[in-house]
Amino acid sequence: MFRKILIANRGEIALRVLCACQEMGIQTVAVYSEADRNSLHVRFADESVCIGPARSSESYLNIPHVISAAEITNVEAIHPGYGFLSENANFAEVCEASHITFIGPSPEVIRMMGEKDRARREMGAAGLPIIPGSPGVVPDEDTALKLAGEIGYPVLIKAAEGGGGRGMRVVHEKGELISAFQTARNESQQAFGSANVYLEKLIERPRHIEFQVIGDRRGNVMHLRERECSIQRRHQKIIEESPSPVLDAKTRDEMGTRVAKALAKIGYSSAGTVEFLRDEASGKMYFIEVNARIQVEHPVTEMISGVDLVKAQIRLAAGEKLDDVIGKPRFHGHAIECRINAEDPDTFAPSAGRITAFRVPGGPGIRVDTALYSEAVVPPYYDSLVAKLIALGDDRAEAIARMSRALDQFVIEGIKTSISLHKKILEDPDFIAGRFDTHFLDRYEAVAAR
Amino acid sequence: MKAKGKKSGSAHSRRSGPDLREVSEILDFMEKHGLEEFEYENGNFHVRLRKAQPHSSMPFRAVHSAPEIIEAQPSAVSTTAPEQGASAPPLESLDKNLHVIKSPIVGTFYSSPTPSADPFVRAGDHVKSGQVLCIIEAMKLMNEIEADVAGEVMRVFVENGQPVEYGEPLFAIHPSRKQ
Repeated sequence: MFRKILIANRGEIALRVLCACQEMGIQTVAVYSEADRNSLHVRFADESVCIGPARSSESYLNIPHVISAAEITNVEAIHPGYGFLSENANFAEVCEASHITFIGPSPEVIRMMGEKDRARREMGAAGLPIIPGSPGVVPDEDTALKLAGEIGYPVLIKAAEGGGGRGMRVVHEKGELISAFQTARNESQQAFGSANVYLEKLIERPRHIEFQVIGDRRGNVMHLRERECSIQRRHQKIIEESPSPVLDAKTRDEMGTRVAKALAKIGYSSAGTVEFLRDEASGKMYFIEVNARIQVEHPVTEMISGVDLVKAQIRLAAGEKLDDVIGKPRFHGHAIECRINAEDPDTFAPSAGRITAFRVPGGPGIRVDTALYSEAVVPPYYDSLVAKLIALGDDRAEAIARMSRALDQFVIEGIKTSISLHKKILEDPDFIAGRFDTHFLDRYEAVAAR
Repeated sequence: MKAKGKKSGSAHSRRSGPDLREVSEILDFMEKHGLEEFEYENGNFHVRLRKAQPHSSMPFRAVHSAPEIIEAQPSAVSTTAPEQGASAPPLESLDKNLHVIKSPIVGTFYSSPTPSADPFVRAGDHVKSGQVLCIIEAMKLMNEIEADVAGEVMRVFVENGQPVEYGEPLFAIHPSRKQ
């Protein structure tokens, strides 16, 4: 087992990794930017090294500084958390070259999953259903018409070289296709200097359902069921839960098994998440991407399975067998997580500043992952997640009731937070009924715009 | 130790004011049983007595949120030798005219170009702008750290072979007027 681990991250996840290390008797090294000098994980770590100024690119993303810190403190492994360098294949390679274990998948796998197009091809080849679409760039109108007919309307025309909605067109029926195709190409040319577009089936009411996976370094991979993360704003998850209100046991087992098999085929190890979009109309699930790292919402799975995913990552990276580390978890109950952000709940504008009052809720079935404390300063340089509030209940209704109660008892003053938005969502009849898709939060967007 | 006592029953007996004899009895009772606080209610008579705390001024409801966290402290790599700078004046009290050169990277500080050679600079030396002051090794690469001002080296904060972090003070230079 590792004697000392460097945590290459900040905030709540750095604290989370530190918890796992401390429980396992592993020495910890915290690295931090000048803006995070007084953060909790730095205070609690056995050693700490300042690695740069506030700017992420010069600190948390600065590979030479992170590796250098690992060298002068003599660590055996690095845990990258999520975001930052966690899916940087180059960083994983540098770790290996420096004889430091990178706690995550291999650089080759990280690279594969990072190239989204390639990931889709590989996962498709490994047996996962992918969104029907054109095999590549659509060269002309005739091909576009033919392909669209095969895929089935509605279809989405997307720019191959860019994003942000430009060069994108939704086509509901055959008669609109040609003109939409031409317009999309023009727009793409203007915006990205290339008229290349491709076609994809449009899923109008998608639900975001993802599977937690975990594997050892001997080729064994298993799944730990799914999480539903459809409550999103601009592709940022706000509420996650497990199990999904719409997935039946049969689909769960079948898809979970397919996922585990596919990942084993490509040599996946450590923790990861396989994301799908579920088409409400047909009930079909389509692979989107793999996140080759521990996710923000991992506590949801931990609560219903009893598995400590971060400890598992560390043990698996140290060479232990999957069976010994995970065994046969017993799933129980329903868990929900609210991502509490430092932002205005109506306008979503970020809110930085000093915390003047801080009181974390407790009681049965409540878990809070946060690096905040009274008098802490929330810096403006990083993402706005300040706390994760997780509620576990015997069933979904109890989880919702507990979450509601806990949100009421969560005191954070000095900055604005999204707590009142979460309350609103939990009281929404559609949310309570489990009746939603990824467009759910649009209804609150309209309020903010006024 | 705190205790609360309530005398029930024989209610509604009216009292016209504090009965010092009763208070005195309560004080004796407190002393006898080592109580610090005592609350007593009997009809309209309600008294709370708290023993004076000569040393502790902490109110009962003090919020103990790991107070050591609140205090801002200058950080340092905790692997550094504790003797470093122990007898020297702290950075903050140095002459404000001094220009402090801080480490721009994370690594190991070397004062000389090779282990057997003389150090690049010593306290008292005059240096030119651009002159190499030390080497910081990071990821097997030797990085030369140059002076960005000309002047006299007043102090060297670190020792040969010491790990340094980003922003760690290395040299204090008294800038000279001619560059």
